[in-house]
Amino acid sequence: MHPLTVFLADSSWINFDVTSFRQEFWDNTFNGLTFGAIYALIAMGYTLVYGVLRLINFAHSEVFIAGAYALVFTLSGLGFDGSVPGLSTLALIGDMLLACLVAMLASGAIAVLLERIAYRPLRRKGAPPLAFLITAIGVSFAIQYAIFIWRGASAEPAVILFVPKALFSAFGTNITNQQLIIFVAAIVLMLLIDQFIQRTRFGRGVRAVAQDPDTATLMGVNKERAIMLTFLLGGLLAGAAALFYVIKVPSGVVFNGGFTLGIKAFAAAVLGGIGNIRGAALGGLLIGLVGNYGQTLLGNAQWSDVIAFVVLVVVLMFRPTGILGESLGKARV
Amino acid sequence: MTSTDNTRKNTPGGIRARWNNLSRPQQWLALVPVVVLIYFIPVIDPPLLTTEPYTNFPIAMVHAAELAMVAIGLNVVVGQAGLLDLGYVGFFAVGAYVAALLTSKESMLHKLPYLATLPLAMVVTMLAGVLLGLPTLRLRGDYLAIVTLGFGEIVRLLATLVPALNGQVGFADVGHPPGTNADGSLIFSARDGTPWYWLVVTLIIILLLFVGNLERSRVGRAWVAIREDEDAAQIMGVPTFKFKLWAFAIGAAIGGLSGALVAGQTGFMNNQNFSVAFSVLYLAAVILGGSGNKVGVMVGAFIVSYIPDRFTNLSDRKYLIFGLFLVVLMIFRPQGLLGARQRLLARGRQAYQRLVGRGEQISSDSSVSAEGGGQA
Repeated sequence: MHPLTVFLADSSWINFDVTSFRQEFWDNTFNGLTFGAIYALIAMGYTLVYGVLRLINFAHSEVFIAGAYALVFTLSGLGFDGSVPGLSTLALIGDMLLACLVAMLASGAIAVLLERIAYRPLRRKGAPPLAFLITAIGVSFAIQYAIFIWRGASAEPAVILFVPKALFSAFGTNITNQQLIIFVAAIVLMLLIDQFIQRTRFGRGVRAVAQDPDTATLMGVNKERAIMLTFLLGGLLAGAAALFYVIKVPSGVVFNGGFTLGIKAFAAAVLGGIGNIRGAALGGLLIGLVGNYGQTLLGNAQWSDVIAFVVLVVVLMFRPTGILGESLGKARV
Repeated sequence: MTSTDNTRKNTPGGIRARWNNLSRPQQWLALVPVVVLIYFIPVIDPPLLTTEPYTNFPIAMVHAAELAMVAIGLNVVVGQAGLLDLGYVGFFAVGAYVAALLTSKESMLHKLPYLATLPLAMVVTMLAGVLLGLPTLRLRGDYLAIVTLGFGEIVRLLATLVPALNGQVGFADVGHPPGTNADGSLIFSARDGTPWYWLVVTLIIILLLFVGNLERSRVGRAWVAIREDEDAAQIMGVPTFKFKLWAFAIGAAIGGLSGALVAGQTGFMNNQNFSVAFSVLYLAAVILGGSGNKVGVMVGAFIVSYIPDRFTNLSDRKYLIFGLFLVVLMIFRPQGLLGARQRLLARGRQAYQRLVGRGEQISSDSSVSAEGGGQA
């Protein structure tokens, strides 16, 4: 046989495992939604900044990973490590909230600093959009390798908060308290942000700047403050996402760990319609689901990324501005 | 305006204006010593420039030349046509795998001579560029950026997942151009950078002629029009989709060629060299030097490749410094070290000024350099 045909016929690398896909469908669904909620929280940060500044904030993944480091340090300070803690539920929740708060503050502070130091001078000068992108890339490199120099190439030791325990079963699979906590907490946070943007004075300012910065300034909106607010909100959400991520992947905190996660979250934001908060939530959940399905169907965890991007491309072919369209700026007062 | 022009005679803008006023043969003549110098740099190994003892100097120069070629290709897409491509490493990978699959002893395909795989790699990556471009080039700006990013990731993951591509084991003994020295050792080996450097530089010169001519042709004008304002270009009758696809295909082909060259030069190819970080590094080279300026992107590529090779004792710190350098550079010089040559736009301005009757002769780039220089 001709070698080329052997090469092309060697398709054992792609086989559809329909049986296990059918068996694990609901399992995958719940797991996918859990991961999706984490993606969605990070995607919010991308989408908020994009909605206001039309800027892909590449450094957002580093904002997230900085929060994850702050979280891990706080938790190890509180005495958590690789073993299962024997704490009462109330104490555990208290510790988790404290660590989450620290992470949110760290991420928020980094995001605001980033805006002040790197982006604001560019805005003052009216630099071209590509300059912003390169700055974002530069900041991303700088933060990643600052952490690398500080903490080394290996991941932080695992921090286990609690062991997933089945709460109840639905569709023939058990739903664990871990999945439920992450999903519900993330949804609540997202609803809060959505309401904040839709209903409050500050949120109205953000939407006004997103729609038309000059007019908003003339109407008395403090543009710089609105921009800072979007960075702060994105950072806070990234910090919260860091908690959920560490709960789900206890030993996943490594200097470049934010990068892949960030890319998927950004893909989620684009999928839902970048600049659209509800779109980011939807996109995140979809990316989480599709990735998990693809992983089981094709039998390798790395397929999850391939599938996620293929879905993104296909969706963009039919809806070039994402599923829900761009709309942070379109005022619904 | 006139007074600022006079004071700017000694700035780079002034040099550029004088360069542009030379006739074509004069420019060629002036370039000859420069090109000769560039050819002999690895042999001379200048004391201040040398990367020894950290990195073998000819090897460092090959790295720089290879990155310069990548930057020229990416510049066609990003600098000329204004399409933000964050997955350029995907094309690079396709080219590298074409060369590796068709020449390495460890692949099961028929073997071809290495030099024959170079054009083949270009054709295959060009096809990949068209395949990626057809569905995605209707997207604008940042959507295109994320889709290309996805393409780069998909190529990288396929390199891991498809068994025929050998994953991390990769392919050793990737081919090389024929020829042996008098003592029977190979001319083109992974250890000696100089012959490879000469090969890459020669190819770069050919590419520069080709890309430069494209720039001055109808295609190049269409690219500039698309870059400046796609809607306006479309309304003026520029078939934007077609020319964007051309930009993608040509950029991809150059990326594939450099991939094939890198595969041959290192003699080994596996899936570890295609992460998104590389796409980002390529883009940084282009923007650093000055997106849209051929000489600029080569300078940018040289800096991006040379600094880590020269200062390996900085080891981990080099990326931190590199990141901070990018941030500072963008604050002080957002258009890159050498800005884009906007001769076409400048000619438009000239025509406009003649129309409104000021009759003032501006040098081709003075308005651009005035904008840029005013900020610095």
